[in-house]
Amino acid sequence: MPLNIVVCIKQVPDPEHFDRITLDPATGAIRREGVPSITNPLDRHAIEEALLIRERCGGIVSVITMGPPQAKKSLEDALAMGADRGVLLCDPAFAGADSLATARVLSAGIRAHGPFDLILCGNESVDGATGQVTPQLAEFLDIPHVTYARKLSLTGDRAALVERAVEGGYLRVAVTLPAAISVLKGINRYRLPTAMGIMAAAEKEIVEWGCSVCEPAPKSPTQVTEVFESSMKRKVTMLTGEPEVVAGDLLHRLREMEAL
Amino acid sequence: MKQIVVWVEQRRDGGIADASLETLRKATDLAGNINGSVGAILIGGRCRAEAEELIRYGADRVWLVEDARLDLYQSDPYAKIAADIIAEAGPEIVLIGGTSVGMDLAPRVAAKLETGLTAHCIDLYIETIDGKDQLIQVVPGWGGQMMVKITCPDHRPQMATIRPGVMEKGTADRSRTGKIVPVKPAIQESDFRAKTLEMVKEEEQETPLEDAEIIVSGGFGLYGSEGFEPVERLAAALHGEVAGTRPAFDQGWIPESRMIGQSGKTVRPGLFVSVGASGAMHYTTGFLKAKVIVAIDRNPNAPIFDIADLGIADDLNRIIPCLIEQLENQ
Repeated sequence: MPLNIVVCIKQVPDPEHFDRITLDPATGAIRREGVPSITNPLDRHAIEEALLIRERCGGIVSVITMGPPQAKKSLEDALAMGADRGVLLCDPAFAGADSLATARVLSAGIRAHGPFDLILCGNESVDGATGQVTPQLAEFLDIPHVTYARKLSLTGDRAALVERAVEGGYLRVAVTLPAAISVLKGINRYRLPTAMGIMAAAEKEIVEWGCSVCEPAPKSPTQVTEVFESSMKRKVTMLTGEPEVVAGDLLHRLREMEAL
Repeated sequence: MKQIVVWVEQRRDGGIADASLETLRKATDLAGNINGSVGAILIGGRCRAEAEELIRYGADRVWLVEDARLDLYQSDPYAKIAADIIAEAGPEIVLIGGTSVGMDLAPRVAAKLETGLTAHCIDLYIETIDGKDQLIQVVPGWGGQMMVKITCPDHRPQMATIRPGVMEKGTADRSRTGKIVPVKPAIQESDFRAKTLEMVKEEEQETPLEDAEIIVSGGFGLYGSEGFEPVERLAAALHGEVAGTRPAFDQGWIPESRMIGQSGKTVRPGLFVSVGASGAMHYTTGFLKAKVIVAIDRNPNAPIFDIADLGIADDLNRIIPCLIEQLENQ
């Protein structure tokens, strides 16, 4: 049975360069100049899972993202991996959306895009890391959701079986389609775009929709009121000398502090 | 009276999940600040004993939802039941322990209630802003080098999940009294569109890291020495547990369950010894609440020494064998 699969992706600052993010001391605003953007790594696993399902069952894989104009790059990368279509939800009114508002916009975009059987997402993004959007967009689309998916198999008759990781094991979850499922890293190894894939992507369509898809633009109930550099500094005592002396000194101090 | 509501998770082997006890304790503290009461939502197959336990841990009221179909976590009906109870009670604040199940339930409930939700909070307190009590929700951002304060000024309830291991559990008070309110769940078979069939246990043989009193954790500085062996031997000599940084996990030296930091575990042991790790924030954020922190790293300027109580800037291959020898000969 061919499936219409929608993969929700997000462009994020590269976590390898998070240490370059600074705070403007005057305004308190975040400065992230020179921090490159990438597709959220877990989202690539979601794209891969969609492509694997399409290879087995047939169907169409669409990727959708909400973000600034440059987020189109992440859609292009997904098309080069093998996705069929891209949707960019881009409007100044969407800026600063929290997870609830993001889920609202994405669910409206998914509805506008057409029929869907399966929505796949990365379990969380490396920047916000809330993992909240998948259950929330499922609620707005009135479909079931499963998060923390580490294995996914379609069981025919519009249903899927998911291994859903929990502390100390996993849950076996049977879910009817359409459903929204967010995946963990272990679910697959994602492919990289090939030269052929990149060339093929140039022929594929990316549609851009603004606020008209979701009017009025949803408000975010949560607000960032302050960002500050975390300081958990302690007053360190450095122990110096020959290794035997330092080792003895350390153990003596730890016993005095009742840490041993 | 203002209310704070906590959703409580059961352990599979019975009893209440630590993350929920930590959350309940925070709720009782906050209730003291706003002169409010604490309610707990408990959903499960049979959980009367746990409901009574919740009262000893500070709940004034427990909504007890018992149904054989709800023995395992079921995302659709759990969210529906919790949202219905919350909508009727109209609390100021809803708190949920940020386990993998809590992180699944909370957003769906928040969406049903059309309110704000903040994930993985490490601190929560009340501040009066423009004459109104607001919950200040503090979360680490960008790998933990920044802290972000979030509020939900105009929507109620204010909802937050709490990062497990960051806050302290309360203690049981056998003399406390409270009210258990049985709730008959209005659910049908069609509410189980996602149906949990079973929980499959994959037992860790070792002590969970969160319970360890002593942890020895290694980083990329172990590279090119004898691999992770010095850390394992030091942990054994200290009768502690082994942990590591993300690079140590990437090298295959430790399993994911032993990884400390933003994308791994948060721990608060009595003693945390960090070996061969420079101290990136996304790592140190996982053990800032340890009682005593010891850092051993070759680079005297490494940021790890900024957050340590005791530091040794030397080659770990010189220091660790001496430590083990003296520990074994004592």
